[in-house]
Amino acid sequence: MSATIDYLLHLADNAVVLGQRDAEWCGHGPILEEDLALANVSLDLIGQARLLYQRAAELKGDGTTEDKLAYFRDSQEFRNYTLLELPHHGALVGYAVADRDYATTIVRNFLYSALMVHVWDALQTSADSTLAGIAAKSLKEATYHLHHSRDWLVRMGDGTDESHTRAQAAVNHLLPYTEEFWTVSPAETAAVEAGVGVDVRTLRAAWDALVNDALAEATLTRPQVRGYVPQGKVGLHSEHLGFLLAEMQSLARAHPDGCW
Amino acid sequence: MYTQSFNVPDQAGQKTVAVTPSTEDAELMARFDARIDADGRIEPQDWMPEAYRKTLVRQISQHAHSEIVGMLPEGNWISRAPSLKRKAILIAKVQDEGGHGLYLYSAAETLGTSRDQLLEGLHSGKAKYSSIFNYPTLNWADVGAIGWLVDGAAIMNQIPLCRCSYGPYSRAMVRVCKEESFHQRQGYEALLVMMKGTQAQREMVQDAVNRLWWKCLAMFGPPDADSPNSAQGMRWGIKRISNDDLRQKFVDATVPQAKVLGITLPDPDLKWNEERQHYDYGQIDWQEFWDTVEGNGPCNKERLATRVKAHNDGQWVRDAAQAYARKQQERAMKEAA
Repeated sequence: MSATIDYLLHLADNAVVLGQRDAEWCGHGPILEEDLALANVSLDLIGQARLLYQRAAELKGDGTTEDKLAYFRDSQEFRNYTLLELPHHGALVGYAVADRDYATTIVRNFLYSALMVHVWDALQTSADSTLAGIAAKSLKEATYHLHHSRDWLVRMGDGTDESHTRAQAAVNHLLPYTEEFWTVSPAETAAVEAGVGVDVRTLRAAWDALVNDALAEATLTRPQVRGYVPQGKVGLHSEHLGFLLAEMQSLARAHPDGCW
Repeated sequence: MYTQSFNVPDQAGQKTVAVTPSTEDAELMARFDARIDADGRIEPQDWMPEAYRKTLVRQISQHAHSEIVGMLPEGNWISRAPSLKRKAILIAKVQDEGGHGLYLYSAAETLGTSRDQLLEGLHSGKAKYSSIFNYPTLNWADVGAIGWLVDGAAIMNQIPLCRCSYGPYSRAMVRVCKEESFHQRQGYEALLVMMKGTQAQREMVQDAVNRLWWKCLAMFGPPDADSPNSAQGMRWGIKRISNDDLRQKFVDATVPQAKVLGITLPDPDLKWNEERQHYDYGQIDWQEFWDTVEGNGPCNKERLATRVKAHNDGQWVRDAAQAYARKQQERAMKEAA
């Protein structure tokens, strides 16, 4: 049971953290149509997070709720990929300030949705039938997110000199974080053994093919990646998650007895 | 949302152009007038007097800009929404406002003015938008109160526009009104839930209503006696009900809702008038309204600068899309050759 809960929290935290990040564009998009598109992506992700947290809460059975899981856990308890908590700009410390960069947003959404179309596809046969149902719904959404982000990745890579430079910089910055996809956490191992989760290592070849194909069409190069492998999914995050959660959780925590 | 005074001129002192058709236009004008008198619709391909076109472009663009600028005060709370359900509702709502902006810019384009031209008007400060968005959203209850009161006021103003004489605008308004009325009920429901919560939550609701109430009354625009453009708008079927009548309708509808909610509307003069069969209400501070319309409210500069920044920062993204589209076209032509 606890293997399933830990695994659900990993999936839910991924969705809520990226949903929170993508919603930061609301009202600030580069063109109205993209404002609407990013809000859609964010809504899908928050919808996924809600279903996953609800299922985790149900299995916990201790009276917890989706909101307690999202708003009253601290950053070291979050199990999302580090990639998803990074701000929408290049490498800077947690308390630095920089303008949001749409290339970073698009490249991240691309790298993540290229993984999730395979993850959700595999989870449609999860031993947890609720998770299997959530996966079927989320697969449709991730397919759209992949479509949207891949289209823009190609436009940026094969657009102007500036957009090419920005897209390449975003790929160089973010690709190393995807190494975390291929390590297997204890929660994932347990979930795979229980027939609930998917062994991500089996998805790597398909992900590589999607990424290589899109980068080639975008006239971008895939950098060599080595060194530190992020460990957000075991609770060791970047400096950025603390700020994201401080903002997201502030109102709920200021009024712990409030009803909304 | 969000009409206020669509009869507020974009530039101070601008007057509605008098309709004086030349002789050769007289027949077209007569046909146009007859269609308006018969409560028919004017469509983009139809002849229309220049002043009608200009007034509509101004009105639709003010409305579109209001939707887009209106995303900012509510967007202020997306990252801090206190539950995932409320976060999703708020994102969807702000997204709807963006969608309204999109249909309205498209409606204005049917009159021969491009979205770029309209945005240029907004960014240069020439074009107006609803003043209500120049006030800050200071606590979470503002999100519910904007839905209940601001969208509520907007609906009063906009439902008559579903019958407006210009076809594309009236059709856009049908969809906009459906969504706004959903937002209005959603906002009210959010406040009802908060009123059943803690004392601090009830205080948030009262505080939000205190700050928004008078601004909402002003949203309907200057009193009829001071609205020189209204009569022409009425004649053309692009304004159906006068500012004061709409304002009264809003007050009459809102007072009972406030009672159910359990909050006090901040107006000591608000009371039922048996003779008029309407609520009387106190004096609106028109000086403050005009100060804000003219750009000197608490958030005008922030709102506008934020729109300008988003547009400028996004230039490279739009350029990339165009450059890519051109390359694709060239490749297709080469292949065809």
